[in-house]
Amino acid sequence: MKYEAVIGLEIHSELKTNTKIFCGCATGFGAEQNTHVCPVCLGLPGVLPVVNRRVVEFAIKAGLATNCTINKYSKFDRKNYYYPDLPKNFQTSQYDLPIAEHGYVDIDVDGEKKRIRLTRIHMEEDAGKLVHSGTTIKDSATSNVDYNRTGVPLLEIVSEPDMRSAAEARAYMEKIKSILEYIDVSNCRMEQGNLRADINVSLRPVGQKDLGTRTEMKNINSFKSLEEAIEYEIERQTEVLEDGGHVIQETRTFDAAKGITLSMRSKEEAQDYRYMPEPDLPPIITTDEEIEAYRKGLPELPDARCERMEHELGLSSYDAGIITSSRAMADYFDEVIAEGADAKLAANWMMGELSKNLNAESKTIEESPIDAKRLGDMIKLITNGTISSKIAKDVFSAMWTSKDAPEKIVKEKGLVQITDTGELDSILDEVIAANPKPVEDYKSGNKKAIGALVGQIMKKTKGKANPKLVNEMLAKKLSN
Amino acid sequence: MNVTKDDMKNVAMLSRLSVPDNEAAKYMEQLGNFLEYVENLKGVDTDDVEPTTYALPMENVFRDDVVRPSLPRDAALSNAPLKEDGYFKVPRVLEE
Amino acid sequence: MALYDKPAHVLHEMLAKKEISSVELTEDVLARMDKVEKSIGAYITVTRDDALRTAEETDKKISSGEEISFLEGIPCGIKDNICTNGIKTTCASKILENFVPPYDATVITKLKQEKPVIIGKTNLDEFAMGGSTENSAFHATHNPWNIDCVPGGSSGGSAAAVASGSAIWALGSDTGGSIRQPASFCGVVGMKPTYGRVSRYGLVAYASSLDQIGPITRDVTDCANILNIISGHDDMDSTSSAADVPDYTKSLVADVKGLKIGMPKEYFIDGIDEDINNAVRKAIDELKAMGADVKEISLPHTAYAIATYYLIAPAEAATNLERYDGVSYGERVDGADVVDMMKNTRTQKFGDEVKRRIMIGNYALSAGYYDAYYLKALKVRTLIQRDYTEAFKDVDVIACPTAPTPAYKIGEMIDDPLKMYLQDVCTVPLNLAGLPGISVPCGYSSNGMPIGLQIIGRPLGEETVIRAAYAYEQSQNFHNDMAKIGGVDA
Repeated sequence: MKYEAVIGLEIHSELKTNTKIFCGCATGFGAEQNTHVCPVCLGLPGVLPVVNRRVVEFAIKAGLATNCTINKYSKFDRKNYYYPDLPKNFQTSQYDLPIAEHGYVDIDVDGEKKRIRLTRIHMEEDAGKLVHSGTTIKDSATSNVDYNRTGVPLLEIVSEPDMRSAAEARAYMEKIKSILEYIDVSNCRMEQGNLRADINVSLRPVGQKDLGTRTEMKNINSFKSLEEAIEYEIERQTEVLEDGGHVIQETRTFDAAKGITLSMRSKEEAQDYRYMPEPDLPPIITTDEEIEAYRKGLPELPDARCERMEHELGLSSYDAGIITSSRAMADYFDEVIAEGADAKLAANWMMGELSKNLNAESKTIEESPIDAKRLGDMIKLITNGTISSKIAKDVFSAMWTSKDAPEKIVKEKGLVQITDTGELDSILDEVIAANPKPVEDYKSGNKKAIGALVGQIMKKTKGKANPKLVNEMLAKKLSN
Repeated sequence: MNVTKDDMKNVAMLSRLSVPDNEAAKYMEQLGNFLEYVENLKGVDTDDVEPTTYALPMENVFRDDVVRPSLPRDAALSNAPLKEDGYFKVPRVLEE
Repeated sequence: MALYDKPAHVLHEMLAKKEISSVELTEDVLARMDKVEKSIGAYITVTRDDALRTAEETDKKISSGEEISFLEGIPCGIKDNICTNGIKTTCASKILENFVPPYDATVITKLKQEKPVIIGKTNLDEFAMGGSTENSAFHATHNPWNIDCVPGGSSGGSAAAVASGSAIWALGSDTGGSIRQPASFCGVVGMKPTYGRVSRYGLVAYASSLDQIGPITRDVTDCANILNIISGHDDMDSTSSAADVPDYTKSLVADVKGLKIGMPKEYFIDGIDEDINNAVRKAIDELKAMGADVKEISLPHTAYAIATYYLIAPAEAATNLERYDGVSYGERVDGADVVDMMKNTRTQKFGDEVKRRIMIGNYALSAGYYDAYYLKALKVRTLIQRDYTEAFKDVDVIACPTAPTPAYKIGEMIDDPLKMYLQDVCTVPLNLAGLPGISVPCGYSSNGMPIGLQIIGRPLGEETVIRAAYAYEQSQNFHNDMAKIGGVDA
């Protein structure tokens, strides 16, 4: 039997607010343990939460950017479960009236567009962190608790089970990440846990409508792990089913080192979270006018930007897709072309030399030693004929390690393209005289033989000769 | 109303309490009597009635996103039953 | 001359006129406490040294000719479920036996600006769950009018302290009657303000949508003055009211001419104690004689209030009390793993009534029962609120008994939780509806126990409530009666 995978994602994204969701403690990453805590986030007896206004704003923006309906009446609820990283033993979250519902995003896998529906987006507080003495939590005799992260605001973005492959799940998560970056509500640093996903995977015979039994992998925090966990789980469940077995509904851990998922073997009772309305927090009422104002305030989103690059700037859909996948990259691109640089060249240079160099040094585009203005200036030197594309690579390398303007580098290193026909004329004559064979070949009809001559000229001029000009002049001379 | 042993077990589990066998009967009876008393609510017609969570109507109470001082760590840990290196210390955690 | 038997406004005048010093006053109250505390047991923690230090500061201020504020230099008690920075706050529970908050409740911050002399933290039913102060993990409190009787609860320590002279006034908290009922049992004045009128920040939560802090005082004048100080919006409590705080002392006017008073027929039914019925009716007649318009009204869903309350309050309590798990504060009883540790801690450190309510709450919230119990109760709560909204279209205040019986014997009801719950019939509806209510003394039962008249107002209608209560109080002399404590005052 042929099986089809059904995949849904719950993405947790930490919001980039100054303070926690319900108290004034700072949210910064990497502080000393238990220094970003106060009576409220420690859940001391008697404390009360007060909602951070910016969290609601960010949640509404995220909802609008993912085509959700904003609930005009939304409220917080208590989700009750006992865990030592949760000081109150309930998480303040949202249950039946989340801030946003019924949205979608479009993804593109191998040129095929697909719409993934969003069930909901809700606001909640993050939990603290357990630090254990042993290698895993279970073989540690004790654990230590750090509550710095407790109360950091989270958005939980829940998709419908609309994905059918690891690649689609990855494309979906990339799209969510890029939207959150575009609307500037999360740092989305996956390595810092800013963005993480719980994955649900089930299989069903192709053509069947009912869903199969699913398994869940929690806290996946890299795209690589996301794909690997899903692929492994599809393979594993397929084997189980093909052997006539049943998939057990359970939470499995993903071992990133081995690339496999493992049963946690804990008795899988259905958790009874006993959700109840949070009596300490009044409901959030949003008017149509407010929602419209938020909508108007949204920046250009990745899909719109991608389309603009394709249709107005003539980039290929592949190039436009890559450049708009991160807001930082797209902003950089826009700045380069704002300098007057050619769009296609800008895309080529960003996806070529720039990406290669950034990757080699594990730098983000924000950390690039060459800012958009300098790259734009350099590209203009190519289009106005000052330097050749080949020389431009040397200029780029020089720019990478110096702060100088490309014009200055070109001038100081004498890299200006030779466009003086008089200067070239004598070099051409020398080369023609020294290479009778290719000259003969060319004249007897082998037009390709001109290449060898051009090569010699470029060598003699250390690449500075304008190749187009050289070609033209050579052709003229040899046809005489 | 009859409260079963399973009900009792479940409610104790949800409450993170252990109810020893010799006390279970007492708690079951008390809970049963209570549930019997609140049966009277069943007679109230609430078909078109909205639930009330708050004592009085309120909405949209927010705080600006401005950092306020956290507690000094010593104060945060001052009531900890057990602490180590600035952490709260707990016994073995078996379930994730 | 004894000082402990005078209300705060009288003592304030005496201090301001330098007739007495704050140290003198504080020592007098502490001496009274030393004398009566063995019989009464109103306190969990006494802060004698801090109290005397504050009193000395006040005296310095007075002698240097500075003006003092209303509560300055006057000894008071604070219910031990209100957090006091650096002073143990136990909620009368073993689980918080050694808990010292690193912060002050907002009411305490507000009070501290007035520099009252806080002489201690008063006893209560554990986590404010109960109506007799017998459920304290440390000791029961006794009624100053008859030490064999309960003082009511859960603010029994605060009410008994004020009634016995071991505090001039006290703060209590009221979730289902916990200020008004002990005030009525102990013959003092107790007010539950409108929900949100006083910040709950730092009040250890029992049932968040019902809890409210309020004063317990010798008379209505003190009540109004203290309400002026503790009321108002708090940025730390999202549910606190943003409404301006009027000057409540302006309502201390002995005039009820034309005031429309409703008598809910459902509160004067069979089963109500005969003495209570007579005393309360007599009090209402008195108001009528002073020119008030009295009419019978109906609050048809009163019969469902107890069931509604005892589903909502325990459900909220079940989640509010989840935090007591031995992890980061409070007592811990070790276990093989963290689940065991939490279970052992909660099982051994919570008292029976607290466990009972946690289990009722979790039952009502659990899968399969939520709609039938918790959600149903939230809907009936709507109907109870509507009853009052309707009634207040016709009347300005509602007058009725505070409790269906006077103080009963210690131990009399402890084994019958349901019977104890039914005692709250007159008080819980206000909490469900968020309304302000006051209890003022209005006489005695045949065996000499105090009886309280409850006056209920519209949301944020404290001024009218205070006016009616003050007018009634001034027509009588009950507020000047002081309990004679058996074996002490003989």
